[in-house]
Amino acid sequence: MTMNRRQFLRGAAAGAVAVVAAPTAEATPFGPREPKQLPPKAVGMLYDSTLCVGCKACVSACKQANGMPAEQPEQLAAWNEGTWDTAEDISGKTLNVIRVYQNGTMEQKDREKDGYAFVKRHCLHCVDPSCISVCPVSAMRKNPETGIVTHNPDACIGCRYCVYGCPFNVPQYQFDETFGQIAKCQFCNHLQKQGKLPACCDVCPTGASLFGLVTELQAEAQRRLALKPGEMTEFPRGKLGGDRPGHEAPVGHYQPHLYGEHESGGTQVRYLTGVPYQKLGLPELPGQSYASVSEGMQHTLYKGMVAPLALLGGLVVLARRGVKQNEDASNHDEDPPNHDKDQQP
Amino acid sequence: MTAITHQPLGGKVFTKSFLILGLFVLIGAYFILRRFLFGLGDVSHMSNGYPLGVWVAVDVVVGTAFGCGGYAMALLVYIFNRNTYHPLMRPALLSGVFGYTLAGLAVMIDLGRYWNAFNLLLPWYAQLNSVIFEVALCVMAYTTVLWIEFWPAFLERMPLAFKQRFNLDRLQVFLKRYLFLFIGLGVLLPTMHQSSLGSVLLVMGSKLSPLWYTSWLPLLFLTSALAMGYGVVLLEATLTSRGFRLPSESALLTPLSRIAAGVLALFLIVRFGALLAGGHLGLAFAGDVRGNLFLIETVLFLAPIVLLASPTGRASQRRRFLAAVSLLAGGSLYRIDAYLMAVNPGNGWTYFPSAPELMITVGVVCLEIMLYLLFIKTLPVLPGAHQT
Repeated sequence: MTMNRRQFLRGAAAGAVAVVAAPTAEATPFGPREPKQLPPKAVGMLYDSTLCVGCKACVSACKQANGMPAEQPEQLAAWNEGTWDTAEDISGKTLNVIRVYQNGTMEQKDREKDGYAFVKRHCLHCVDPSCISVCPVSAMRKNPETGIVTHNPDACIGCRYCVYGCPFNVPQYQFDETFGQIAKCQFCNHLQKQGKLPACCDVCPTGASLFGLVTELQAEAQRRLALKPGEMTEFPRGKLGGDRPGHEAPVGHYQPHLYGEHESGGTQVRYLTGVPYQKLGLPELPGQSYASVSEGMQHTLYKGMVAPLALLGGLVVLARRGVKQNEDASNHDEDPPNHDKDQQP
Repeated sequence: MTAITHQPLGGKVFTKSFLILGLFVLIGAYFILRRFLFGLGDVSHMSNGYPLGVWVAVDVVVGTAFGCGGYAMALLVYIFNRNTYHPLMRPALLSGVFGYTLAGLAVMIDLGRYWNAFNLLLPWYAQLNSVIFEVALCVMAYTTVLWIEFWPAFLERMPLAFKQRFNLDRLQVFLKRYLFLFIGLGVLLPTMHQSSLGSVLLVMGSKLSPLWYTSWLPLLFLTSALAMGYGVVLLEATLTSRGFRLPSESALLTPLSRIAAGVLALFLIVRFGALLAGGHLGLAFAGDVRGNLFLIETVLFLAPIVLLASPTGRASQRRRFLAAVSLLAGGSLYRIDAYLMAVNPGNGWTYFPSAPELMITVGVVCLEIMLYLLFIKTLPVLPGAHQT
């Protein structure tokens, strides 16, 4: 009788060791799950920091398109007298913001030393988003066609794990509201459904925010990276391949890195910058998403719920015997009935 | 030999300390009311850099580990068949009942859209890849199981006539017959969600310091929860025997303290093994806040092992008590660090809880202690001092 118990415990221990020892290459107990692929008709944005003039037309248009209020942080209240929207970063009231990098004398744009540069902050619409992976109630969803990551406040329970887990700190909860919700750029999904462009790309005067298919934007980014800095080239506005006239401008001194191509398993919003992206507050991330790491763990342990159910079966058999023997210890009963269920996970 | 008898402790319920605890509960209740009237930002310092605060890190992540006494003892008594520990089972179960129930209360205060909380149970909203989804369901199920496991204590207290009138005597028989099912679940569910509390952090990646971030987080959270479960039993047994002048369960606590130290040693082996394999141990000596927190944790974890290393150490009530306090402090710090203090969201975000936020946590803990005292005084929970 106790043999069964021992066998089970030994089996469980052996199973644990097997799980632990399987992929020993990096001494990790499990591997990541398969990376997600870019949806075939994925739309995205190429943000070219060297084209951005910091006019913030995109910020203002975003507020209008999404019905968000102007934001006036206390520390700037004396200066702005309630007229200006002076959001310093994205927040529960601001889905999109232009930030500025400053160094030394700030003489020249897009130079790391004694220069300045602009960067746009909003949702990057990851190929393999952490916010979707952590959300317990499917409030975050990725459109299987366009790849746009949307948020449904009617599903959301406000646990804020999307805020916690997003590698870019994008989802923002409205802490100052009684009935707050998560605010996040949804790439003007409502406008796109009407055949319009996302508001920020629509109003951008220089094409710094350029809308298009991710595959085409990728090619455009590579075209720009291959050009010689300083030579004149045509830059499209609004939508890549659209009917709007572009404009001619000198090629920027690009960093040889297209941010978002690989970061966190790839993003649908990608960045070309003149100063290193780290200086612009874009985090350094590995080529696989952390969501795939976390789900790799879950899928190893809970595949088909086989392991938990086997464990439960073993525990129930042992507990039954345990309870019986407990009673026997006090009642001096005879042997409990034998259960010859072999528990080898 | 003799059946285990549990007895209500009796005595005055509304003692001075009980009323002082009640005062803290009222203060907490005031701020909870404000939270629901004016939003999370009115009472807490949580931000979009640190969207989780002490309510999650302390009330839920630490609180449920404190509630693991019932889990740890059930594993020992029923699964590893150590019947001798049975007298410690019910008080451990009771601390689990409140640890988990009040963690649930804290979650309801913390949820930003609590009116949608029911969506967790609606299959069309379920997100099966979400670790949090699994934790939420397991915790809800386990809280229910804990109350069911504890239910016999209520039934024993009820007058026979009352039970017969409402057929509760039959329920008692039913529960007794199928208790093993609930015990099986009561071991499986905490194994799942306590390890998952570690898996939750896997998505944090580089936001979490490498001193805490490892693929072994699930095993580390599971073993630390078990060690803390035994720690709670040791602490609670010492406190009740001292506080109410009951004979100490020394014969049981001495070997139990050895088990606690063993589980803790396993935790440390996994933790340091993973750090050495990953090559991140050097960060512990960086001299920064996170390195120092790691060192403090390590001291708190090593102290119980040293204190309980010798048979004389384990036999000493004082040493066992100190070891339990150190273990629980280390385990709590480990969890708070992993969820809050070792997290760096970047962009200059910082977090320190506001006073009202802390008062809500204090209020919840005080409520837990009050209910525990009320229950051991009025219900048969503690092993009977003398046979009746």
